[in-house]
Formats: sequence, structure tokens, C-alpha cells
Amino acid sequence: MAAVSILGHRVLRVEDPRLLTQGGTYLDDLELANAAHVAYVRSPMAHARITAIDTAAAEQAPGVIAVFTAADVDVAPRPAEFGANPAMARPLLAMDTVRFVGEAVAMVVAERRAQAFDAAELVTVEYEPLHALVDPEAALAGGVLLFPDAGTNLVGEFSVGDLDGALDGCEVVVEQRIVNQRVSAAPLETRGAAALWSDEGRLTYWISTQGPHSVRTGIARALDVEPAQVRVIAPDVGGGFGAKVGLMPEELLVAWAARRTGRTVRWTETRSENLLAGGHGRAQIQRIAVGGTREGRIDAYALDLVQDAGAYPMAAAFLPYLTRMMAQGVYDIARVAIRGRIVVTTTAPVISFRGAGRPEAAAAIERAVDLFATRIGMDPAEVRRRNAIAPDAFPYTTRTGRVPGAGDDVNALTTMLMAPAVYDSGAYVAALERLLDAAGYANLRAEQIRRRAAGDAVQLGLGLSLYVEITSLMATPEHAAMAVRPDAHVVVRLGSSPQGQGHATTWAMLVSDRLGVPIDSVEVLFGDTDILAHGNVTGGSRSVQTVGSAVAETADVLVERAREVAGDSLEADPIDIVFDRAQGRFHVAGVPSATRSWQELAAEAAERLSVEHVFEPRGATYPFGAHLALVEVDTETGQVVLRRFVAVDDAGRILNPLAAAGQLHGGIAQGVAQALLESIHYDAEGNLLTTTFADYEIITAAELPDFELISMETPTPLNELGAKGIGEAGTIGATPAVHNAVVDALAHLGVRHLDMPCTPQRVFDAITAARGATTEAAS
Amino acid sequence: MIPAPFEYVRATSLDHASALLTADEDAKALAGGMSLIPLLRLRLARPTTLIDLGPLRGELAYVRDEGAYVAIGALTRHHDLATSATLRTRIPLLAHVASLVGDPQVRHRGTLGGSVAHADPAADLPAVLSTLEAGVVVQDGHARRELDTQSFFQGFLETALRPGELVVEVRIPVPAPGHGWAYTKFNRRAQDWAIVAVAAIVERSGESITRAAVGLANMASTAVRATGVERALAGGDATGIAPAADHATEGTSPVTDLGADAAFRRHLARTLSRRTVHEAYERAAA
Repeated sequence: MAAVSILGHRVLRVEDPRLLTQGGTYLDDLELANAAHVAYVRSPMAHARITAIDTAAAEQAPGVIAVFTAADVDVAPRPAEFGANPAMARPLLAMDTVRFVGEAVAMVVAERRAQAFDAAELVTVEYEPLHALVDPEAALAGGVLLFPDAGTNLVGEFSVGDLDGALDGCEVVVEQRIVNQRVSAAPLETRGAAALWSDEGRLTYWISTQGPHSVRTGIARALDVEPAQVRVIAPDVGGGFGAKVGLMPEELLVAWAARRTGRTVRWTETRSENLLAGGHGRAQIQRIAVGGTREGRIDAYALDLVQDAGAYPMAAAFLPYLTRMMAQGVYDIARVAIRGRIVVTTTAPVISFRGAGRPEAAAAIERAVDLFATRIGMDPAEVRRRNAIAPDAFPYTTRTGRVPGAGDDVNALTTMLMAPAVYDSGAYVAALERLLDAAGYANLRAEQIRRRAAGDAVQLGLGLSLYVEITSLMATPEHAAMAVRPDAHVVVRLGSSPQGQGHATTWAMLVSDRLGVPIDSVEVLFGDTDILAHGNVTGGSRSVQTVGSAVAETADVLVERAREVAGDSLEADPIDIVFDRAQGRFHVAGVPSATRSWQELAAEAAERLSVEHVFEPRGATYPFGAHLALVEVDTETGQVVLRRFVAVDDAGRILNPLAAAGQLHGGIAQGVAQALLESIHYDAEGNLLTTTFADYEIITAAELPDFELISMETPTPLNELGAKGIGEAGTIGATPAVHNAVVDALAHLGVRHLDMPCTPQRVFDAITAARGATTEAAS
Repeated sequence: MIPAPFEYVRATSLDHASALLTADEDAKALAGGMSLIPLLRLRLARPTTLIDLGPLRGELAYVRDEGAYVAIGALTRHHDLATSATLRTRIPLLAHVASLVGDPQVRHRGTLGGSVAHADPAADLPAVLSTLEAGVVVQDGHARRELDTQSFFQGFLETALRPGELVVEVRIPVPAPGHGWAYTKFNRRAQDWAIVAVAAIVERSGESITRAAVGLANMASTAVRATGVERALAGGDATGIAPAADHATEGTSPVTDLGADAAFRRHLARTLSRRTVHEAYERAAA
């Protein structure tokens, strides 16, 4: 009889008792003896020449150990990423020019944190103002240059297809300019780092990060030491959402200053600093055009985007390539044309944020489909049904890129950046039908019609999104090590570490399933580069399919090893040893009475029960789903209230539905927040207006309904677990669903589009403008 | 997020606190700290000394039914207002609004006197106290005086408090039995300050409105009464509510900020006044 697998069951997180009773140990909680504290002096100007810096008063202030400026820092500027113009490299501290409000200009190291802040106020910097450049479309014109040596504000550009001719011959064409606004990842734990160099010259470096090993590589390269001389530790991490993937100047400087001062040095970012300089996400201006027939067939789609990279090209030099890759969404569209242009502006650098380029793609195509549906007078669900890629069309190669030809180097950066997506598996219409059934779509439409006819102040809006996204994009390998201790506990060592996803639970479930041992006998170790030599970042929704596969395969390798040990013990050929997974026991085929347990094998030869293994993914996977948002919009006040949120999500095989639901909850909440609340605001002079959580509006439980989550599982053929990623899916699907719902509520008033976030002011202005247009047309 | 240096003194008595405030005009009294501490952390406020009024809670945290009015000690917390049996029966508007201030953490630390002394025009309680025609009792040593809200609230974060004076009590005349009340707080998130808020008290005789009081939050540099609306309502019935509400912007000077521009705030003040007065009218005993 087959044993019942623990996989697929809601298993409570093993992490939670500690987090709920003791609390976590986040970076600022670390007890580090005799540590000095850092405060940064930041630019109050968006764009200015630095003419003088006076640190004398700060150096004399109580407790100050050192004050550093760019002149002191002997570390090369951070290179512009992803092939961006090398003239756009970022110095760790601003040298002669500041390029955004909040850019670090000087670094104060003091005995106590308050002393560092007090002394930072005493550093005087003289600035000669230059013109601010906040508008990315204006940046294209190049009237103001951030990097005169580069001769342009353009970081990069690309195109696919014929942007001008793509819509030619279409019966119906709809165009729209859409702003995918700048937001903040806003991890509740801000950035932070601490560094201690041993007398032997080895660095121990603690950092709130999504990837200790990539930090190790970055630190070693920047400070010119061997990677083995750097130990990176990620303690509990209070959220990352993409913003803690890289190594930022303020973090790197902590390690540098520790070496320079010979002290343990630590830095914890404040909330306002995080909003100023922790990096922002999204920030795309999109011009879309969609063309098709009055019968609802979409024939052509064009996307012309401008990516605001902020002051220095970091991940934003790459993100729009992902938007390009995923631009056509779930639809089979004959002609696709895309142009992307990436520019610098005098604002905080744009980095990856939950979805990283894919939410921008989904937002554009899903708004486009709704605009098209409204234009031809067809229900948006029906338009989606008619255009979605058929279930027998997989693997499906999109028309969003260039398929590498015979002469192309498939490993070249340019080839990879321009590759199309190859969707592995999908059942898009099935997801949509499930969603419509679960939501009671027809009844909701009927209620909407009733309210419109009655002229109610509060109108109903239904928004759909049918999304596909890419997870484990780079398909990077993952390492795992596994050993059985003499007490029969299984110790798993990993290079990948979590920021709240529940890795310890999910990996323990996999080990329990493969080895037939209780979950509580599995110890999962991560978050320290000394635990395992190799590891990759937790990001891009890659963990279950890559780390999970690595854990599962390593467990299988361990079973093979155990079979050898059992063979020796039972005096049989390992080929004849049967592993009874349900019992976690080994016996000789045909002799079930003589067995060896893991404990017995460990007692005999624990040193042999230790293996390492590398999982090599076969490719990226493409989860998908269908979301419906039901909103009420008060047409007198512009107030939007999200009443229901129904989501069908398919991320292949789900190992722990509880953990998956947790990812969806957070993801959907962040997606809804972009549609309704969140926006980073700069004024025309480049001053940040959203510098605290009073002005930057992250969403709370009070603004959200219970989510109605419906699971669907279409396994991927690309890994044995059948798993795809789910960390970003909620965000990708939710934003356009809510955005479409708000527009839908106002459609009968003549509103066709309004940009996010759909604030009361914007909703009211859109209604007022539509009424004005109607009145004008009538007169 | 690290305050500039300051001295910290725990007050041993009202006299002690007053003396310290008189001696140093850059000293600041600390009650619940829900407004002051964020200002300190952003270094927007840099007092020389914080005088912690916490030890005075024994004498200054109370809700007393005095017959014609209810007296509330300055250190009474929002949560205690929201759950006070006296207020819920006698002045339900105040209990209700106190339950909407900030979030649970703020309501369990923040005090009525602190909110009044902070005088934020976007806060809920000043607008409601103005609507309820409350008196603010202030004290310097043993000298007490009582001011109405119009006299007390002088401008944005500005009050009539003199050096050494502390808010010690708020006195609220009890509205007539059977009065109707309503409060509409318009914001984007539950925990936010109001973009605009409207408080209303309506007393009726049959269909006729015998008395109406309407107060607005965040429509001027202080909490204001919509006296134009009140005048237009007096003596009328429900059909007069909508036209009366159009007077809501008279005498206001709303700001433009990230939440709303001034024109939208004016629109909201009119719309929400209509709805709020209507709700209070419906709730009032005929």
C-alpha cells in the first residue's frame, strides 16, 4: 500500500513558535560587542555639484571615530549593470555631483548611534544646484544630462517587430498611455549591515539580504579579497521583495569602514532613508496600442515603454527586458511590436520589486484587453476566452523576442536579454472559467446593471486579469548537502536562505517525504556562507522549484548511500536492499523481518551518511492564473472599496498549501496596494514627498477583504516535483484586476482609463472629466 | 529616526510641570506621545526638555458625569473615551469618534488632552469638540481658566496656551436627549488622518430641525464649524439638508497635499456634510 505523502497538506510552519513567542533576531537585534555605528549624510538636492565638504566640526563631536567622504573611499564605483553605459557607474559616496535626494555624501562612524546622527548634522556640504530631471520622457530629450561623459541619458534601448506598422490593417485600434507608477518595496525591516574583520583578515559580514552568497561575491570583488576570506550571514530577514537582492553602496561601505577603522561597524537604515535611497520599483511609462476585429479577435499589440532607471542604472537596466519577454501575456497574438527605452533621472535608483518587470507587462496587456473589449462592446471575459493560448499549444514560444539563430551565441548577454518566452504548460481558459464560476460572474454583472439603471451613488466594478509569469528565470543551479547524525536527525545544509517564505518547513516536508522520517527530526540550516559554499538568491519565485528540487534529489542520493550502508550491514548487495519509505527502514528483498532503521544505520556509519548534490534546472517555468476584483466606487466621493477578491492560481504542484496561501496573501495585498494606494511622489525639483509611512501608503488588513483562493495544479514537465513559483504571482495578477475593476465601475459614465493609484481624487477627476466631455459632446 | 538630545523629567505634580514649562519655553509636555514622538524622531521638534505627565494620570484620567456636562480629564486615553459607559449614553458622538482615532496602539496611548494641545486640524477630536461646544480647561499652577474651542484653537498646531499652562480637563455640554449625531471620516486607509471629516449634531421637533451643529476637520488651519450650513438648516426639514450642505465651504481654507487638492476637499466637505447631517437627522428622535 502506498504511503500517504505529507506533500500537498497544510503543514503549520516550524518557524512560527519561535517567531511568535521569542521574536526573530533581525539585523538590528544582533548583539555585537563594542560595535561602532554609522550614520550617512545625504544630499538634500536632486542634482548639484558638490563644491565643498567640511567635516571638521563632525570629527570633533562626542563619540565620533571617523568621518569619511568620497575622497577617503578607495573602492571603485559600482559598475553600471547589464551592459549599461560605463560612464554611469555609481560612486559609493557622491564625488563631485549628487544625482538624487538622499544620495549618500558622507559617512559618520561613532561610538553610539545617536552620536553618529548628531555628528552627521554637523557635516556641511556646499552645493551648486543643477537642473533636476524628474520626468523620464523629458530625460529622453537630453536637455539636462546626468552624466555629461555619457553624452546621453539613455541607458539602453531595444525593439522587437515593427512598432509603426504593427497595427496596420486592423479593423479596430485602441491606444492608451499608461503610467505604471513608481513604488517602494517597503520591507518592514529596512536595510542593515554589520562587519567585523578578524586579526587574520577574514571578514564576518551580517546583512539583511536575499542572497548571502552573491553578497560574498560582491564584497570580495569590491574590497579585493578572496571570497573564502568573507563570511556572510543573513539573520532573520524581515522581508525583501526584491529590494535586498543586490549590494548597495551604504551596505558595502560598512565592510569597508570596518576594515579602515579596525572596529566592528554596524548600520541600520531608518524608514525615511529606506524610502529615500533604498531603491524603488516599477516606474514605467507605457504607450500601448491594441488592434483586432469587432468579433473580438486581437490581431496586433504594440508596447512602447520608457523605463525610469533613477539616477544610476541598477536592475532597471534589465527589468524592461522582462516586460518585453512577457508582453503578450496569455494571448495568442499574431503581431507583437515592442520598444523599450531606459533612461536616468535625478531620482532614487529603480531596482527589482516583487514581479520585477513582469507586473508591468501584465498591467499593460490586461488594461489593453479591457480597453479593446470596451471599444467593441464585448464582455472582457469573452475577449479573454477568445484570445487565450489554447491548452494544446504548449510549449508555446511568444512573439516578444528573437529566437536565437544558428549564428547566435546563446550565452551572450544580448541573446539572453532578447529571448522570447517559452511557456512550459498552461490551461488559461480553464482557469478563467473556474474563476467566473466561483465568483458568480453573471450575477455580479446583473447587479452592476441594476445599480447603473438605478443611478446609485455607489457603483459596482468587476475587474479581471488573466496572467502568466516567468519564475526561476535564470534557471540557476542549486546546491544542497544532507547528513544523518548518530541520533538519526537529518541535517540539511543550504546556500539559499528565506525572508519569511517558510523554507525550513517546506524543505523539512520534502525530506520527511523522501526519507520516511518525522518532520521534527529534520534540521534545515541556511543563512551563512560557511554552511555551504554555493547558494543563490531567494528571488524571482525560484525557491520551491530549484532549492526544493535540490533537497528532494539530495534526499534520493542519501537513500542510495544508505542502501550501500544497509547492504554492508545486512550482508547483501545494495541492489537487493529495499527502502520502505513509509517506515523509513531498509531490508533485503524478500526478507522483510531483518531491517535497518536510519537510526541503526547512523549508529553504525554516520560518517558515510553524508552527501552533497547539485540540482540543474532544465528551464524557467510559467505559472498562471485568473483574478477577479469586485470594487464599489462611490461616484460622489471617488472612494474605492475592494469588496471581494477571487483568485485562481496555478503554480504547478503545491507542496504546502498553507505556505502557498501565505505567499498569495502577501502578493495580492501588495498588488492591490499598487492599484489603489501606493505611489512614490517627487516634486518638480526632485524632492521626495513620500518620506514616511504617513505619506507613503502601504496597505493594511483594514483595507482588504478575505481573499477567496482557488487552487489549480498544472504540473510543469521541467522538474520532477512539477512545481513552479508562487511568490510574485499574486502581485502580478492582482494589480490589473483591481485597476480594471475601478475603470469598469465608471465605464457607463464614459471613463475609459485612469492611472494608478486609483485614489479618490483621481477617480473623482476622471468622472468629472468624462462628464465634461459628455456635456460638451451633447451641446 | 533618532531624536536630537533632550532632557527628560517626570512631573511630580501639576505645579511641578507648570513650573518647568514656565522656566523653559523650549520645554515640552509629553502625554501619550502619539504625535510628539514621531516629530522628535524626525527631528522636526527639538525641545530642550520633555516633561512626562504620565505620573499625573491618577488625577487627570477620568470621565465624570456632572449633569449638564461631562468632565473629562486631559490624560484620558482615546480607548477609554470609546468604551466609557457615560459617554456612550450621554455623548455617543465622542465615544464613536474616539474609536476611529489612528489605530489600536494610538488609541491605547494617545490622550484627549494631548490631541487638544497638539491642535492638528486634521485630527478627529478637535473637530468633534468644536461641534459639541466643549470648553477647554487650562491651568498654570493654581490659576485656571476655561476657553471655548474657537478661542483655544488659534492656528495650525497653535493654541491659546500660555507658557506654563497645561490642558487639564475638557468639559462637554450634554446634548439634548434624543439628539442625532453622525461622523464621517474620509480617508484612504483606516489608520490615516482624515482628508476631510464632518461631525454633526441634530436636534429635531417632528420633521423640523431645532438645532444643528456641524464641524469640519482638515478644511482650515484649525478645526472649524460650518456655521453657514447650521444657519441654513435651522428651522428646516430634511429637504433642506442638501441645499444647506452647499454652504459647507464658507469660511474654509483647505490645503492641497498628496491626499487631495483644495477643490476636491471643498467638494468633499459639501458632499460629506449632506450625508453626515442626513445621518444625524435620521438618528435623532422626532
